[in-house]
Amino acid sequence: MSKDRSTNAARLVRAPTQRLSAQRLSTLGRGEQVTVIGIDETDVASSLPPGELERRLIEMGLVEGASVVAMHEGFPGRDPIAIRVNDHKIALRRAEAHAVLVVPRA
Amino acid sequence: MTFAGFAEPPRLVLVGNPNCGKTALFNALTGSRQKVANYPGVTVERKEGQFVSPLGHRVRLIDLPGTYSLRARSPDEEVTRDVVLGRFVHEARPDVIVCVADATNLRLNLRLVLELRKLGQPMILALNMMDMADKQGRSIDAAALSAELGMPVVPTVAIRRDGVAGLLEQIDRTMAVVGAVAGNGGRPAPCGWSEPTSHDLRGYHQNVEAILAVAMRNAGRPSEVTHRIDHVLLHPALGLAILLSLLFLVFQAVFAWAEAPKNLIDAGLGALKDLIVMGMAEGPLKSLITDGVIAGVGSVVIFLPQILILFFFIQVLEDSGYMARAAFLLDRLMGGVGLHGRAFIPLLSSFACAVPGIMASRTIESRADRLATIMIAPLMTCSARLPVYALLIAAFVPDRMVAGGWISLPGLVMFILYAAGISSALIVAFVLKRTVFKGERPPLLMELPAYRWPRPRDVVLGLFERARTFLVRAGTIIFAIGVVLWFLASFPVAPDGATGPAINYSLAGIFGHWLAPILAPIGFGWQITIALIPAMAAREVLVAALGTVYALSETGDALQTSLSGVLATNWSLPTALSLLAWVVFAPQCVSTLSVVKRETNSWFWPAVMFTYLTILAYAGAFVTYRLSLFLLGS
Repeated sequence: MSKDRSTNAARLVRAPTQRLSAQRLSTLGRGEQVTVIGIDETDVASSLPPGELERRLIEMGLVEGASVVAMHEGFPGRDPIAIRVNDHKIALRRAEAHAVLVVPRA
Repeated sequence: MTFAGFAEPPRLVLVGNPNCGKTALFNALTGSRQKVANYPGVTVERKEGQFVSPLGHRVRLIDLPGTYSLRARSPDEEVTRDVVLGRFVHEARPDVIVCVADATNLRLNLRLVLELRKLGQPMILALNMMDMADKQGRSIDAAALSAELGMPVVPTVAIRRDGVAGLLEQIDRTMAVVGAVAGNGGRPAPCGWSEPTSHDLRGYHQNVEAILAVAMRNAGRPSEVTHRIDHVLLHPALGLAILLSLLFLVFQAVFAWAEAPKNLIDAGLGALKDLIVMGMAEGPLKSLITDGVIAGVGSVVIFLPQILILFFFIQVLEDSGYMARAAFLLDRLMGGVGLHGRAFIPLLSSFACAVPGIMASRTIESRADRLATIMIAPLMTCSARLPVYALLIAAFVPDRMVAGGWISLPGLVMFILYAAGISSALIVAFVLKRTVFKGERPPLLMELPAYRWPRPRDVVLGLFERARTFLVRAGTIIFAIGVVLWFLASFPVAPDGATGPAINYSLAGIFGHWLAPILAPIGFGWQITIALIPAMAAREVLVAALGTVYALSETGDALQTSLSGVLATNWSLPTALSLLAWVVFAPQCVSTLSVVKRETNSWFWPAVMFTYLTILAYAGAFVTYRLSLFLLGS
C-alpha cells in the first residue's frame, strides 16, 4: 500500500507543469471538461483502509488519462455529482471526488 | 448427451460488470429453465439455468452477481469471486467462464476481462449489446480483440431472438477443446490471480488502452439520448418532483388496477368454498378446510394482483436504469439521516418484502451502513402489510374522490401510511447513525447506466420469480399458521349450553383475554389481540387471523358479509386507526427476524429490532388511538 502511494507521488513529481495547474475533481462545475492526471486520497477523510478509495476510483475508470465531463449535480448543496468518464457515467460525492487530480482539457 | 471428456453437463458461469446485460443474456440462453437457490452459508441468490447447445449437449449455466472487480467489496461480489476461484466447498471451479462485456463501454468492461483472464480458466468473451454499439457507429474488430486477449470473442445481442446463436456455437467449440484437454489428462492452468494493487489496476487500464488501439476500428459517437433524459430526470428540483410523483403513481396504480383480478380471485375462492360446503359432511375436517385453509391462504392470495403490480413497477424501474438515478437524487437527502444512497435499493425492495430488502443490503460495503439499513428495512411498508391496510381502508375509509376528483381517498390514506413508515425509518436511521453507528460515511461510487427499454421477457421472468416466492410463502408458512390458528381458535370446544361465541372458550380466546388488558389502552379488543398472536409469523396473517376469528365467532348473516363489513360494524374508527398505526411499526414477522439473524450472524440485532419496533408500535398506536378519540369526541 505504501509502495503505491510513493509511486503515485513520483508520478506527480515527474509532471511538475501539470501539477501546477492541477485542480481537484470536486471543484468541477457543470459542463467542465477535464483529464485525470492522478489520484491523491491523502486529504480525504474516509472509512476505508488507506489505498482502497484509490483502487475503487481506478476500477470505476478514473485513471490517469481518462477524460471527464461534469454532467449533473445533486440537491441540496450541488452534491453528489454525475460525471461522464470516457464512455460511461458515474455518480460520486464531492468529498471523494477531491481525491482525483484533473487538468482542463485543451 | 454430454461432451466428450465430461461425465456430467459442464458448468458455465456468467461474469460481468453490473448493467452489462448479463441477466438478459442469461434469460436468452436459458429461457424459463431457471431455478433460484441460495449459496450454502451465505444468503446470496444462486441463479442456475440449463440449455442445450446446438450440437445437442446439455449445459448448466450460473448467473453470478455483477461486479467491477474480483476484489469483492460486498457479500454479493464475494460470491462471484469465491465461485470463480472455486472456494465454495460444494461448488467446484466452473468449467468455462463466459465473461459478458457491454460493447458500448468496452474500456471499463475489458478491465474485468483482463483480471478474469488471470484465473487461467477457459474463457469466452461475449460482446453484448452489439446492436447499440453498431447504432453508435462503433466498429469493434472481434478477431483482433480475440487475438489480443487470447480468448474467443463473440458478439451477442441478448434481446434479439438470434442474438445468442454465435455464443451457443462458441460454447460447443470451447467445450470440445476443454473436453479434449481433460480427456488427455490435461490439468486446468494454475490460478494466477491475486488481489490487484492500485499499480496493477493502472497496468490493466494501460493494457486495455493498448488493446483498444488495435481492436477498436472506430470509437463512434456515444448516444446522447441518456444525457438528454438525465437533464430532466436528474434535475435537482424537477428530478425529485418526478421521483415523488412516480412513487405516488405506483401506489395509485396498486389500488386501481388490482380491483378486477382481485374480484376474480375472490369469486373463485367463494365458489371453491361453496363446493366444499355442499360436498362434505359436517365435522372438524370441513371446518378446517373452509375456515382454516381456504380462509387463511385465500385472504392472502387475493392480494397477489396488488403485489404483482408493485413488483412490476420495481422491476421496470430496475431494468430501465432509473433505480440508480433515484439513488443519486436521494443520496444527499438520505445522507442527511446518515444513510447511503445505495440503501435506497434495499429499502425500495423492502416495499415488496423486508426479506429480499435485507438481503439486498449486501451491496452496501460498510457494516455500520448495512446494519442501519437492515434495522430500518422493516419500517418500509412491505406488501404483506398491504392486505391489512387494504382491509381496514375498505372497511373504514369511504371510497370517494377528493381534491377535485383527482385523488381517491383510499389511495391518499395508503400514501400517508407509506409516508409514515418512511419518515419513521428516516428518524430511526438518524438516531442510529448519531449513537450506535458513528463514523465517516463510506463513499458513493455508482455507475449510472444508459437508459434502456425494459424487455417484456426479462420483466416477466423477474415478475414470475417474485410471484413464485410469494406464493410459496403463502402456501407453506401461512398454510401452517392457518392450521395452527384454526386449532387454537377451535379447541377446546365450547361446553354444551355455552352462551358466548365458541372462540371465547378456545386456547386463542384464553391467550387473547390474558393479553387484552395490556393492549386495551391502545383500543384493541380481544379479537384483535387473538389475531395478533398468529400474526407474529407474518404480517399478512393478521387478515387471515381476523377472518378466522370473526368467521368462527359470528353466526348467521355476519358470516355472509365480507370481513371488512364485519370490521366496520364491530370496530370504532379510533380502533381501526390505532391498528393501522400498530401495523406501520409492528415487528410481526418471524421471517424478517430470522433473516436478520442470518445476515448479521447474531441474535443481538434481531432482538434489538424486535424490541424497538414493539415499543414504536405500542407508542404509535397509543398516540393514534388517544388522539383520534379526542378529536372524534367519543
